[in-house]
Amino acid sequence: MIDDQVILRVAARVLTPVIWLFALYVQAHGDYGPGGGFQAGVLFAAGFILYALVNGLGAAEAIVPARVSETMMPLGVLIYAGVGFAAMLAGGNFLDYNVLADDPKKGQHLGIIVIELGVGITVAGVMIQLFSAFARRPA
Amino acid sequence: MLVLMGFLAAIALAILRLRDGITAVMLSGIYSLLSAGVFVLMDAVDVAFTEAAVGAGISTVLLLATLHRTNRLTRPSRHRAAVPLIVVLMTGAALVYGTWDMPRYGDAGSPPNQHVGLRYLEESPKTTGIPNVVTAVLASYRGYDTLGEATVVLTAAVGVLALLGARRRKDDPHDR
Repeated sequence: MIDDQVILRVAARVLTPVIWLFALYVQAHGDYGPGGGFQAGVLFAAGFILYALVNGLGAAEAIVPARVSETMMPLGVLIYAGVGFAAMLAGGNFLDYNVLADDPKKGQHLGIIVIELGVGITVAGVMIQLFSAFARRPA
Repeated sequence: MLVLMGFLAAIALAILRLRDGITAVMLSGIYSLLSAGVFVLMDAVDVAFTEAAVGAGISTVLLLATLHRTNRLTRPSRHRAAVPLIVVLMTGAALVYGTWDMPRYGDAGSPPNQHVGLRYLEESPKTTGIPNVVTAVLASYRGYDTLGEATVVLTAAVGVLALLGARRRKDDPHDR
């Protein structure tokens, strides 16, 4: 897209992996600091969008194909609801994380990390798909 | 805090007067970033994080992408602004009147800080073992709500994608 802007292209190429790494940090660290699945998903999509803005949507979709981000949208919600049903199978109520491990605290930790991952996957997929839908349409 | 609020008001007024869509979108992005600053000052870092990432980041990009598909400049309006102005002023006055009944910011005796909030703060580290109370409330105590929110995000995206016709079919002659 922006062929003659060398600084922009290089900066985007350097920044995108850093943004994704930060997104993973925010995703994994939501229990301890600010952040969580929603913010991590948005950050992940932001990295994708930056790359797509500078290198073109095609180049970005070579990294995250449209089929993958499309699958991510319902997959995250399925993971979230799946945790709920897993808790029911383990003998608790829907989304009762206490029964997911031997120790209620461990179960809470496990449940929260997995559902945050579900939220992150859905949000990232949704944001990438929305941006691609706008970027793909001919002007 | 007052300085940030003043900037917010100034930006809102500037957006009102603009005819150029791109400038308005950039200013609304700055507006979101300043709001994130206000949230940080109120110790709501999780909210600030979301506002900065979604309001200042993603929505700005999506609005720019939308603008790219439409006219950049808006036509000058020929409507009279008197009636809308009166409606806005009355709504604003009603909202300000509503704030008089609100407890002072940070009042320890106010209902939000007394009942369930107090319990979350005291119990959540013991029952969930998670230091970030916001995450504990969102993901555990209010797990149903958050599942609903994730579903709403998905549903909204499906709606938008359906409207934009983003699904590419191989046999579609209009494709590309």
